[in-house]
Amino acid sequence: MIRLWFKSGSPWIWLNAAAVSTSLIMVVGVLSLVTVRGVGHFWPSQVTQFSYQEDGKALRTIIGEKVDTSITPAAMAKSTGFKMADDEDTLVQYLIKSGNRDLTGADFQWIQARNVKEQSDPVDMMVVERREWGNFYGKLIEVKEGGKPIASGVQAWPVLQTKIDEALTVFKEISHLEKKEIGAINYSLERLRLKERKLELENKLDDAAKKDLAAEKAGYEAEYKQYQTQLAGLYQKVRLTSLVASTESGETLEIPLSKVVRAFQPNAMGIFDKIIHYATKVIEFLADDPREANTEGGIFPAIFGTVMMVMMMSVIVTPFGVIAAVYLREYAKQGFTTRLIRIAVNNLAGVPSVVYGVFGLGFFVYILGGNIDQLFFPESLPAPVYGTPGLLWASITLALLTLPVVIVSTEEGLARIPSSIREGSLALGATKLETLWLTVLPMASPAMMTGLILAVARAAGEVAPLMLVGVVKLAPTLPLDGNFPFLHLDRKFMHLGFHIYDVGFQSPNVEAARPLVYATALLLVLVIVGLNLAAIVIRNNLREKYRALEG
Amino acid sequence: MTTQQVRTHSIDMSSVFLGKEQSQEPNETCIKVENLNLFYGEKQALHGINMEMHKKKVTAYIGPSGCGKSTLLRCINRMNDLVDSARIEGQILLDGENIYDKSVNVAALRRRVGMVFQKPNPFPKSIFENVAYGLRIQGVNDKRILEETVENALRGAALWDEMKDRLNDNALGMSGGQQQRLVIARAIAIEPEVLLLDEPASALDPISTLKIEELINELKEKYTIVIVTHNMQQAARVSDYTAFMYMGELIEIGTTSELFTNPKKKQTEDYITGRYG
Repeated sequence: MIRLWFKSGSPWIWLNAAAVSTSLIMVVGVLSLVTVRGVGHFWPSQVTQFSYQEDGKALRTIIGEKVDTSITPAAMAKSTGFKMADDEDTLVQYLIKSGNRDLTGADFQWIQARNVKEQSDPVDMMVVERREWGNFYGKLIEVKEGGKPIASGVQAWPVLQTKIDEALTVFKEISHLEKKEIGAINYSLERLRLKERKLELENKLDDAAKKDLAAEKAGYEAEYKQYQTQLAGLYQKVRLTSLVASTESGETLEIPLSKVVRAFQPNAMGIFDKIIHYATKVIEFLADDPREANTEGGIFPAIFGTVMMVMMMSVIVTPFGVIAAVYLREYAKQGFTTRLIRIAVNNLAGVPSVVYGVFGLGFFVYILGGNIDQLFFPESLPAPVYGTPGLLWASITLALLTLPVVIVSTEEGLARIPSSIREGSLALGATKLETLWLTVLPMASPAMMTGLILAVARAAGEVAPLMLVGVVKLAPTLPLDGNFPFLHLDRKFMHLGFHIYDVGFQSPNVEAARPLVYATALLLVLVIVGLNLAAIVIRNNLREKYRALEG
Repeated sequence: MTTQQVRTHSIDMSSVFLGKEQSQEPNETCIKVENLNLFYGEKQALHGINMEMHKKKVTAYIGPSGCGKSTLLRCINRMNDLVDSARIEGQILLDGENIYDKSVNVAALRRRVGMVFQKPNPFPKSIFENVAYGLRIQGVNDKRILEETVENALRGAALWDEMKDRLNDNALGMSGGQQQRLVIARAIAIEPEVLLLDEPASALDPISTLKIEELINELKEKYTIVIVTHNMQQAARVSDYTAFMYMGELIEIGTTSELFTNPKKKQTEDYITGRYG
């Protein structure tokens, strides 16, 4: 019977099905875990007020969001030092995010459910997102302007909202001034300094040149001073207002509005308000710079850096890979050497990526970059320009890493083109080069795109080599901005993959960062999927266009 | 010294087979094959071929599979250069010039000697671009000239009336017979002197085959045509001269009527009457 069953092939089919479903479950599991944990983070959760009394201690109030619940069996709880009554089977603990790090020293605390005497969700509980010290939880008492209260009690809340909006507008202006205008001036001043140094090195720094430079510098400095006074005024304006709130322990705390990102009362919010709040948070996450050692705010620079790096990599790897494949397939005499080269190329794909990172650092950054600096940027030495990790070297290193896939798939594409097409072109008097350019390469373009898709998929998720050749925890400027020459290939950049690592493992505030890790991971997946989809759409269009002859 | 011998030999052969024909109407020699040997590595595929093909006539090569007729055809536009292991001795004269001379530009030669293959091989481009391909290679980009040439070529290939409204459609959407005529149009668009047809109808249905044969009859007004075919009826229908090849050797060449009605060699007769091949 069993033998017959084996012979029928059913076990084999079951085995296959099991393998496929296991893989499917794993993929779906990962994606849903990341989605649920990451997406839920931005939803405003209820703020609860607990009356909490531990054995032999005074009753106190704890205000915060219930983040997690842990249930420990009594025996295990006992062995870790908890006192357990005989009728208790389990120890239930809540993880509470109570914020107020500036006052209590920690954002999170574990409390025991059995010690909670009373809990409620008062409507007037306020959450204040701050630029420093994390969230604040408490009740609003009054709003002050210039030290005098301007609103308190019921009116305080709407006044606070308008004041926060005003402060945020001023803040936007401040950051615009600091980043754009003053940033541009600083950039120009630096270029001026380099120009001076260059003239000095070339022994051309005569009095006339000095005068010119000084005049230019004075112009920038005057401009700078002007912005400086403007900034000072704005700062003064934004520091004027503040809010006063009471904390869980009854203390009052004054928070200047210049430190406030937003304030909201989650318990009072309807579903519609919550959706709006959620949307603003998501937009902030996607479009803003990170705050507080990357644990708050957005990850826009990381998204930008990832996409930029992948695009640069594609621009570099495609021509290289295609040209190499064309030579190997079309021009090189097939034989032992080409076989050896193919084996080498295939093996390159198996080299651990961090090895590429080491190579990139040693060869591209130090040797190539160092020499470029000596040749072209002697004026900025000893500070390196290209002799330090940056976007260019990261892109080139990843291009090297993904070169094998592009070569292999392009070669396969070239091999698939029927020889009748080549002969047809040659018979019309085309040279080999014309045949390649006019028919063979266009027809092989879907295969090239396939190679590029694989390359993008691999490169976008790569972190290890990037840590060596250009990715940083926090890049002050994007590699693309309004200052000439606009694309700054020498700059360091942020990357989603590294951001996940940094937030997850190097963060000072692990609990606060955890949901961000999921959210960032989800975003990384989405970015890669997006890049791939774009490439796949292009490939399918090309396929349709250059559908090869059947048979 | 060998060349000398070969020349005499070749003259002998033509006088044997073509003497009568030549005396009846003056035929200009277009292609002259002289003592052609072709090797694929160690293996010899063509043995001392000597023959002449006449201007604006259709010459058909017949013979069993693997006899070297396609190989010989591909020598005329040097398509065998693409095969790494192929080595050629002897010469082929096109209008008196040796096409295997070192100074010959192969691309220019192929412009003079067009070729159509067994399977239709249009490029995955529009019908218009397929026909304009050869001109574009020559650097012609003037839209008016291109349009005019494409129209003439398509008319020449009896395809214009069917395709004039579909010039921008992908050529791969056409039927096999249309594709083959498109490939012929593509070849005649660059106005070659010679047209080589390598079993042009073997992958087609009878009606398409008939159309191609009619087309060949029209094309010989302008072009010297060499056709390889498996189908002896086809050779008899379309060609003026027929060459019978066997095992890499040219057995017999003569006017089609003579070769089919009164073959000089026993092997030819056996093949024509279906005793082998």
